Amino acid sequence: MLELKNISFHVDDEHGDKEIIKDLSLKIDDGKFVVITGPNGGGKSTLAKLICGIETPTGGSILLDNEDITGMSVTQRANAGISYAFQQPVRFKGIKVYDLLKIATGTNISIADACNYLSEVGLCAKDYINREVNASLSGGELKRIEIATIIARNTKLSVFDEPEAGIDLWSFQNLISVFEKMQENNSNRTILVISHQERILNIADEIIVLKDGAVDKIGSKDEILPTLLGTASARPSCSRINV
Amino acid sequence: MLDEIQKSILAEVADLHGVPMGAYNIRANGQLDSRNTTANIDIVTKTDVSGIDIKVKDNTKNESVHIPVVLSKSGLKEVVYNDFYIGDNCDIVIVAGCGIDNCGTGDSQHDGVHRFFIGKNSKVKYVEKHYGQGDGTGKRILNPQTEAYLGEDSYMEMEMVQIKGVDSTVRNTISKLDKGAKLIVRERLMTHGDQTAVSAYTVELNGEGSSADVVSRSVAKNNSYQKFDSKIIGNNACSGHTECDAIIMDDAKILAVPGLEANNIDAALVHEAAIGKIAGEQITKLMTLGLTEEEATDRIISGFLK
Repeated sequence: MLELKNISFHVDDEHGDKEIIKDLSLKIDDGKFVVITGPNGGGKSTLAKLICGIETPTGGSILLDNEDITGMSVTQRANAGISYAFQQPVRFKGIKVYDLLKIATGTNISIADACNYLSEVGLCAKDYINREVNASLSGGELKRIEIATIIARNTKLSVFDEPEAGIDLWSFQNLISVFEKMQENNSNRTILVISHQERILNIADEIIVLKDGAVDKIGSKDEILPTLLGTASARPSCSRINV
Repeated sequence: MLDEIQKSILAEVADLHGVPMGAYNIRANGQLDSRNTTANIDIVTKTDVSGIDIKVKDNTKNESVHIPVVLSKSGLKEVVYNDFYIGDNCDIVIVAGCGIDNCGTGDSQHDGVHRFFIGKNSKVKYVEKHYGQGDGTGKRILNPQTEAYLGEDSYMEMEMVQIKGVDSTVRNTISKLDKGAKLIVRERLMTHGDQTAVSAYTVELNGEGSSADVVSRSVAKNNSYQKFDSKIIGNNACSGHTECDAIIMDDAKILAVPGLEANNIDAALVHEAAIGKIAGEQITKLMTLGLTEEEATDRIISGFLK
């Protein structure tokens, strides 16, 4: 179980002191598929980064299975069972897709295993395994490789920041299948997704609407989704990629 | 016979764990250690200066020549001249490399002058690795000079690697290409501590349809200094590309001077140079996969230099 207790996060920049997350508390139970939505600038990505340790809260505490992880580094949290898929995946010169999957699993996995992870995200392993994770890959390819690293890590909590952004020719339905399969393989696996997409909200167990750094609404999909339809927090997917 | 230190250096510079296959000439502490020739590849000791002539007959294919040098005696300085005469229609691999183990107080220095005369339609892969070890105060110095003359429609690929332990290096490479010849250079360089490394290339594309691609990837750590100076001269209808991509760390300094000179309207020349530190998000990404900050940095550097 992930628990956030009275989390706050301020930044102090040239525009002055800004409160991005305000005294936020919530609990996410094991095995749930939770989608965080809400207006842009509401603090969604910041919240994901606070959970993964990329940002440190200015107040409050974060508990994973009742253990206080607030002071843990990104590495410690990764090893404690948190995975994080970047909204904009990082490129590396010289690191191959296979290398990245090996780092993700923490073991010297076979090519066949690596191929399985890539097949899950619809990439033909033969074409990608020895490609460098560099600028030669399209944004959509990188995004799918990013998702494959999260599947490979197989941790109890996986956080995805706008996974649907830029998945090009791949379809939403495939992305949804990835989430479903991740939970089928391990019913205790918790998935936390930041998304505005109606089709992703539609498979949520729980929806959290974040607005101005605080929880605006929280509840089951059936309670929350009808209140969001037609707003920017639940956008229909683009017809071009709505395969 | 090589001792254990010399054997370990040999493994670093030539990936050799014992006697290589094919032709070879192993030089240890300024003396010939062992040599083997084949029906197609002859190795002859020079009589006027220190060094060897390597003669490869026409049509020699799928053969290799290893000419590693190991220095394990502190204070030894030598200049060696090695000339390679490659016939027409050959396809061979040449592995050179120098490793210095200096545990003493005197500077150890090996300056290798390598000249390649490559015949028509021949293909040569040249691998050169430099490595230093030993905890003495004496410096480990390597100043290789490489000259490559590529005949018509010949192809040469140079892989130059210096990853560790060489205190000072001045590397000069010049090449002249005839019609249809192609040169590929892949340099990998890492400096650390107070090391200095200067690498200069001058490539003359003299023949019609000749081409060159000179790419250096380097990492400068600590207080080290690197200079990459690459010049491609297009004297005919030709194409050339040079690129320097460097990661700077700590208090290091890097100077990149890519240069192009076109003396013909059909010369198409391009240069690129980039210097920057490791992107913070690259380290963060690998940390989210469970690596520590230090492991992430090492992984990024080793990938970059691979």
